[in-house]
Amino acid sequence: MSAREEILARISSALGPEPQTVEIPRDYHLAGEVAVPDPTGLLTDRLHDYGAHVRHCAPSDLSDAVGAALAARGARRVVVPAGVPAGCSSVVPEPVLDDPALSTAQLDGVDGVLTTVAVAIAETGTLILDGGPGQGRRALSLVPDYHLAIVKASQIVSSVPDAVAGLEPTSPMTWISGPSATSDIELSRVEGVHGPRTLEVILVHDLAWTTTLPDNNQFRSND
Amino acid sequence: MTFLGMPTAPKGVGHLRGESSFPTAAEAALGDQQLRRNLAHATSTIRTKRAAAVAEVEDWAQLRAAGAAIKDEVLAHLDTYLLELEEKVTAHGGTVHWARDANEANAIVTELVRSTGSSEVIKVKSMVTQEIGLNEALADAGITPIETDLAELIVQLGHDVPSHILVPAIHRNRAEIREIFLREMSGVDPNLSDDPAALAQAARSYLRRKFLSAQVAVSGANFAVAETGTLCVVESEGNGRMCLTLPRTLITVMGIEKLVPKWQDLEVFLQLLPRSSTAERMNPYTSFWTGAVEGQDFHLVLLDNGRTATLADPNGRAALRCIRCSACLNVCPVYERAGGHAYGSIYPGPIGAVLSPQLTGVADNPSLPFASTLCGACFDACPVAIDIPMMLVHLRSRVVDDKAGSQRLPSPEAATMKLAAWTMRDPRRWTRALRMMRSGRIIGRRHDRIRRLPYPLSRWATTRDLPRPPKETFRDWWSHQ
Repeated sequence: MSAREEILARISSALGPEPQTVEIPRDYHLAGEVAVPDPTGLLTDRLHDYGAHVRHCAPSDLSDAVGAALAARGARRVVVPAGVPAGCSSVVPEPVLDDPALSTAQLDGVDGVLTTVAVAIAETGTLILDGGPGQGRRALSLVPDYHLAIVKASQIVSSVPDAVAGLEPTSPMTWISGPSATSDIELSRVEGVHGPRTLEVILVHDLAWTTTLPDNNQFRSND
Repeated sequence: MTFLGMPTAPKGVGHLRGESSFPTAAEAALGDQQLRRNLAHATSTIRTKRAAAVAEVEDWAQLRAAGAAIKDEVLAHLDTYLLELEEKVTAHGGTVHWARDANEANAIVTELVRSTGSSEVIKVKSMVTQEIGLNEALADAGITPIETDLAELIVQLGHDVPSHILVPAIHRNRAEIREIFLREMSGVDPNLSDDPAALAQAARSYLRRKFLSAQVAVSGANFAVAETGTLCVVESEGNGRMCLTLPRTLITVMGIEKLVPKWQDLEVFLQLLPRSSTAERMNPYTSFWTGAVEGQDFHLVLLDNGRTATLADPNGRAALRCIRCSACLNVCPVYERAGGHAYGSIYPGPIGAVLSPQLTGVADNPSLPFASTLCGACFDACPVAIDIPMMLVHLRSRVVDDKAGSQRLPSPEAATMKLAAWTMRDPRRWTRALRMMRSGRIIGRRHDRIRRLPYPLSRWATTRDLPRPPKETFRDWWSHQ
């Protein structure tokens, strides 16, 4: 008997005849059942909690915001995946394209990466990349030490179930909640281990009811 | 030893059995002041944080009930869901392997690595590969396994074994870690400080070269979705992403119980797991992939190794709900004092005390079901509501039955219990026995406690003190009233 057949036989003998179907109580907050009052504000707070930088801008000022973030970081050679809004890639001093595919060593040599996201979760401060337009393959947002992500207010959902409901599970996906971190030494949190050590988010206020920017400033950062 | 004839995890491979019983190992651990300080600090810190992370979720109780039910449904139809997973992973270009036990899984992984021609693999922290002793098997085959999780790296470089599910190096403090790095890490700065940030950076530079050049990675899995074939790894440092994304070949080893039926089910576990384990709203990185993606070769190894034996016991089965969050370790008064090594298995603490004996058969881990005060803190903390105290009591009875079945003469303990039952059955016998206990006043007069008893009771009394019996029994006092 093959291992497969044997394990399956063990399982059916362990379970006995006609195992009952278990009713799953889904009386927790399902997708669409909870709407946080200020998703943009909450996401900003959560990102700050994780030690990520956040800038705010109006849709018309997005490319200026990208330019300002890169200049502040001193990032010149920045990977720009296909699908990043054209206005944004044009402000990158030396855009690096993943076509033909960059080697891991090449990725290690750039100053940063600029991506969009598929969706963001306000309650948990999570950005989700699913390889869609402007996000590229997974290595692009992993190897460079600086990740600048563009999040539109209209992409922010309230809860984990909201996000799960809208995603295609079979596309390779990365959920990012703050820069990489460890608590392995005496449980004291150290930010920046193997993933990008700096995560910066540009929040684009593209919804009518969020166009009033915090602090009446065009850009705001926590540093 | 089997339950209903079901094979358990084999001896001589992996890390499910200790060299000594829990009381013996715990006695050594209790004498280690450094260890106790590290553990007390770490567990109390994470307990407080976890309580806050859980309290902020309004529907925690409902999520917990759903999590338990989803896992029970998986277990009730495990064969169906495994076949569904296999079909979906295969359809997406992955290859699925089945392993009856640790030896078979190790052989499969070794062969897969060999066929790539690589002599080095990078590893994502995974409990299951620790369980089967994969690192040792790879090393025997001339393949170097490199642990990339910071704590696992500390454990590996320290030639040590993990002592906690989530924070495997919880027993080491910063000074000890600095020593290990200076001694074992090639190219490390001799002036390395013991600041956690500096230590983490040393690990970053050491591992970065490995990440960028590795051809093969081995991972575990936190969840696998049957309906889509999607696998999920939850982590913090980014070492997981490095291993899952960069190498050309990815080999994932997972226990057959790690399934969830539907993609939607992850909305429950991705809330339960981060808050229970690291006390975060969400862990920094979670990766999902389905089959072979972005040009990789993908192999999935499905492992039994005593899980079907666990499934066969209706009163022990729920241990397979475990999502390895380690919340039960952090709230356990026994774990906090004895530490993880005392359990002898890589699954320590309350969940280890119910899981390890079931995976190996109770005969091989007979002391673990007794390594608990049955206080119930673990049950309260468990995000999938495993009734660990009830299961411990059930496993204690299995240990007793197993011993009775394997010995011709009853053990002194069994004989004592029989005698006690006979005494308690008759009121006069019981009254007389209670009066006789007053003689214990003489033994207890020096310390006002009874600390030692004559053989065979001495074995029981070495780890327990008895109060000095009162001058008068309750029954005598009552009869005067």
